[in-house]
Amino acid sequence: MKPAPFEYHRAYTPQEVVELLRELGEDAKILAGGQSLVPMMNFRLAHPAALIDINPVSGLDYIRREGDELRVGALTRHRSVEISRGAEVRDGFAVLPRAARWIGHYPIRSRGTVGGSIAHSDPTAEWCLLARLHDAEIVVLGEHGTRTVPSEEWFTGFLTTAALPGEMVIETRFRRPRRCAALLEYARRRGDFAIAAAGVAFDVVDDRCQDVTIVLGGVAGRPLRVPEAEAHVQGAEPAESTWAEAARIAAASVEPGAEADGDHDYRRHLVGTLTRRAFREAYETGTDAGPVRGVA
Amino acid sequence: MTDTPGPGAAQVGRRVPRKEDHRLLAGDARFGADVQFPRIVHARMVRSPIAHGTVLRVDAAAARELPGVVDVVTAEDLPGDPHIPVRLEVAGTDLGERLQPVLAARTVRYVGEPLAVVVAEDPYVAEDAAELVEIEIDELEVLLDAGRAQGDDIVADFGLGYGDVDSAFEGAAHVIGMDVAVQRHSAVPMEPRALTVGYTHATGCLEIFGSTKVPAFNRQVLAGLLGVDEATIRMHAVDAGGGFGVRGEFYPEDFLIPWLARRLRRPVSWVEDRAEHLVAVNHSREQRHRIEVAVDDEGTILGLRDDVRHDNGAYVRTHGVIVPELTLAMLPGPYRVPAYAGRVRVALTNKTPCGTYRAPGRFEGTMAREQLLDLVAAELGMDRVELRRRNLLAREELPLTRAMHTLGTDVVLDSGDYVGLLDRALSRVDELGWRDLLARGRAEGRVLGQGVSMFLEKSGLGPHDTADVEITSTGRIRVHSGGTSLGQGIETVLAQVVADQFTVSVDLVDVVNGDTMLQPYGTGSWASRSTVVAGSAVLGAGRAVAERVRELGAQLLEAPPEDVEIADGEVRIRGAATNSRSLAEVWRAAQPGSPWLGAGEPAGLSARHRFSVDHMTYPYGAHVCLVEVDPGSGGVTVLRYLVAYEVGRAVNPALVEGQLRGGVAQGVGGALFEEFRYDESGQPQSTTFMDYLMPTASEIPPVDVVLCEDAPAATNPLGARGAGEGGLTGAGAALASAVSDAIGLPAMTGLPLDPETLVAAMARPATVRDRLRTDGIS
Ligand SMILES: Cc1cc2nc3c(=O)[nH]c(=O)nc-3n(C[C@H](O)[C@H](O)[C@H](O)COP(=O)(O)OP(=O)(O)OC[C@H]3O[C@@H](n4cnc5c(N)ncnc54)[C@H](O)[C@@H]3O)c2cc1C
Repeated sequence: MKPAPFEYHRAYTPQEVVELLRELGEDAKILAGGQSLVPMMNFRLAHPAALIDINPVSGLDYIRREGDELRVGALTRHRSVEISRGAEVRDGFAVLPRAARWIGHYPIRSRGTVGGSIAHSDPTAEWCLLARLHDAEIVVLGEHGTRTVPSEEWFTGFLTTAALPGEMVIETRFRRPRRCAALLEYARRRGDFAIAAAGVAFDVVDDRCQDVTIVLGGVAGRPLRVPEAEAHVQGAEPAESTWAEAARIAAASVEPGAEADGDHDYRRHLVGTLTRRAFREAYETGTDAGPVRGVA
Repeated sequence: MTDTPGPGAAQVGRRVPRKEDHRLLAGDARFGADVQFPRIVHARMVRSPIAHGTVLRVDAAAARELPGVVDVVTAEDLPGDPHIPVRLEVAGTDLGERLQPVLAARTVRYVGEPLAVVVAEDPYVAEDAAELVEIEIDELEVLLDAGRAQGDDIVADFGLGYGDVDSAFEGAAHVIGMDVAVQRHSAVPMEPRALTVGYTHATGCLEIFGSTKVPAFNRQVLAGLLGVDEATIRMHAVDAGGGFGVRGEFYPEDFLIPWLARRLRRPVSWVEDRAEHLVAVNHSREQRHRIEVAVDDEGTILGLRDDVRHDNGAYVRTHGVIVPELTLAMLPGPYRVPAYAGRVRVALTNKTPCGTYRAPGRFEGTMAREQLLDLVAAELGMDRVELRRRNLLAREELPLTRAMHTLGTDVVLDSGDYVGLLDRALSRVDELGWRDLLARGRAEGRVLGQGVSMFLEKSGLGPHDTADVEITSTGRIRVHSGGTSLGQGIETVLAQVVADQFTVSVDLVDVVNGDTMLQPYGTGSWASRSTVVAGSAVLGAGRAVAERVRELGAQLLEAPPEDVEIADGEVRIRGAATNSRSLAEVWRAAQPGSPWLGAGEPAGLSARHRFSVDHMTYPYGAHVCLVEVDPGSGGVTVLRYLVAYEVGRAVNPALVEGQLRGGVAQGVGGALFEEFRYDESGQPQSTTFMDYLMPTASEIPPVDVVLCEDAPAATNPLGARGAGEGGLTGAGAALASAVSDAIGLPAMTGLPLDPETLVAAMARPATVRDRLRTDGIS
């Protein structure tokens, strides 16, 4: 569990990072919080020839509101979002700090970065799920400047993204603020990657659910939206029966397959449980209505 | 809670703070990898990536060329095809054919089996070079299910028992049986194995640091394999980040690293990493039981049968087949079982070889027996506790000899009050308000359950241990014991025992454990034996030194020996505290050249004492717990836990409680989380802490302890029973019992109680119930 030899470079500006990426080619890797990359190197599952340490880059650690967007710099640590309490987050993106608590343990959250997680593209990673839940856009910088990729296109599969060689993530823009949102997950021990996760977000207008998003994690190679279940909730009354039916549809629509931590049926069952509970929590925390009707 | 007694007060029986803690907490402890020498080189094992196959080629040419590489060794470089011998023999078994080779030559039998070792100037280079060793293996069919083992793959098939079991079953009103399985898991100490070996060519002496458990035995094995005199090897026991049975046994590396130091004439260091540890160190626990009991209408046990399949992995290692023997010998537990027949088939499979893990054989057997009792209670419509109470041996029935033996000793349940202990456990649970907690939770619609298990333990295995006690120049007391410090606090316990001989505080006592130069006859720390056996040896040696101090002191004080006493670390004339000599003064009087030392008398103030004992002493206890099952996820939360344990006499109650609590933590891991899984080709699937789930502080419940000292052991002068394992023995059984109570099943058929199984069980209770019943054992 010691990494193979590698070269180490330090970059101070995003431009330097991009230049180094071009110079060093495909065998070079960006080092951010190191919480995914370094363990992989220690297990010799990753053998990068060179690391470009982006921790000295300034100006990439921020949480900023621009209208309906919440912009999070790539080097923002998980922990910074977890403890953010300002109106820019509270108003429409309150699920972000709540969900950040689910990521690993405290030392991991204080080192790991939002950009690193988005770039790493683990299908149960909280930031990847939240990016899909809030229809995020990923801003990347390459040789020819910046471009913006919708999260729908960004996550292409297990640990793969739409980033082109030589590009770095510089920002994630969370969009579509909503009052009711929750991300729930289940792991056997506190701090583990989830076996399955469900995120929901919606608004309640005139006692009807609007602008509904459901995202599932741990059931496919990338975060999965479930339009059939969303459609069921869209325009429906916020009630336990609505959640239950949405959960049923969500569970039925996934083909999670068997993994070491649970067989197909079990993971389906979990999806149902988590979706139902996520709706309940989202509604309870997002409205002053108190418990949803129909629930004791 | 600790209390530091004033001078003169007895140390035994008190919550004396641990002597070890200062160095551990201050970062001054010395672990295996902390010992380094100039010119040291670093070893890295090359392990088989294939579960079963014929080795066609192990080519180290590329590895040898890497700058910094010092040596690469494969099986053909080793002298005389060395194999690891068995430490604990079971009579009548011949395991010679299936002992583990130090390096595999022709056949590999599990993923992780050592094939070669690389030595380099730096551990990073060693790991780089290990990747360059080319391995070609022709894959063979793998055997992963002990139930399918046949012929040579059954390495032992034996039975233990007594009484007329067949008639007991024939005449019985009810015969109730079930299958119970326990999954493969093991001890995972926080510090993986480590060895540092120094070699002095001028003297031919090896100095070995790191294998803290049975240093004297390991020295004997190593000397035999190297063909050298034991006197040229010095084992130093160092601090250990836990042991729990697996750490410190003799493994292939324990031969290789010293052998390399001699070959290269350089000190060699080897530190196992976590990924290696999880495939290389002894696994344990994997058993399948078909267990059945004959009972009458009142639930009285008439006879018990068990047919066990024990998966021992690819080889027989130092523990031989002792684990399954212990399962059988201890299976009837604390109950009145008039007739019993246990049989075990020990199978070799293509998985990591197995050995002992804290409460070996008993964790598994207790799980099987207690699930069966839960099932009996369900079938007869009886209360689970009432059924147990009815069948527990009564105080008057002890001592009881069961016509069986284990670890080379007869099974003699010495003394105890099993029913009394169960009652104490349950009344404590009531005092703690569990009944309310359960009722309230259930009223809220939560899925809660309470579990209980009873168990019998064994401890204080002889046949002997030896200790030296010595007074040193400043009047301090030094102990050289064969016990070893695995984190359990044995230094403190031994210091307490000897301190009372001189009525001093433990601060005046220095305990050096497990150094074979200082104590060549030590038997080591395992099997809950050190406080009992090493403690009794220290007591004997301490008494002998005190006697000598009294004798010399009397001369110094010019008084008859019967008029002097030792108190507060001085010899003085009884009742005349002013007329005294310090231990340092008595020490000086015992030096060569002193006028007080007679011509024929040995210099110094020291004594060696050997304590021998034929029988083990049998502690016992009960586990009670409260769990919640989340039907949505199948997750189990342990809400409360209580252990009641009979320790005979607690030399240090705080340490006994610590042992029990630590055992519970591992029990929660074994019952709910930990499992070594393999895929169908024999590839291990639990090779990191992401897949091998150790419980963390978040998963461990508050643990209450009822420490009983109601039945002092008669077999040792301290009256102590061992306490190392009882926190774990009943844990799988109690947690399974609580879960079955929560989800409304009569019993659970196996561990771990993982969410997937529980969700399935809750969805289909009827089928699971059907699976519980077997057609009896043929
Ligand atoms: C024990 C443990 C438990 C964990 N549990 C969880 C969990 O529950 N949920 C969770 O989401 N995560 C978990 N993590 C992972 C953690 O969140 C990581 O921090 C995160 O996945 C990656 O962020 P990082 O900054 O550490 O990236 P690094 O490890 O430094 O890099 C990860 C990858 O992204 C690339 N990269 C990094 N930054 C950029 C960038 N700006 N542009 C382009 N590429 C980049 C790197 O080259 C590398 O390939 C856990 C980690 C550990 C060790």
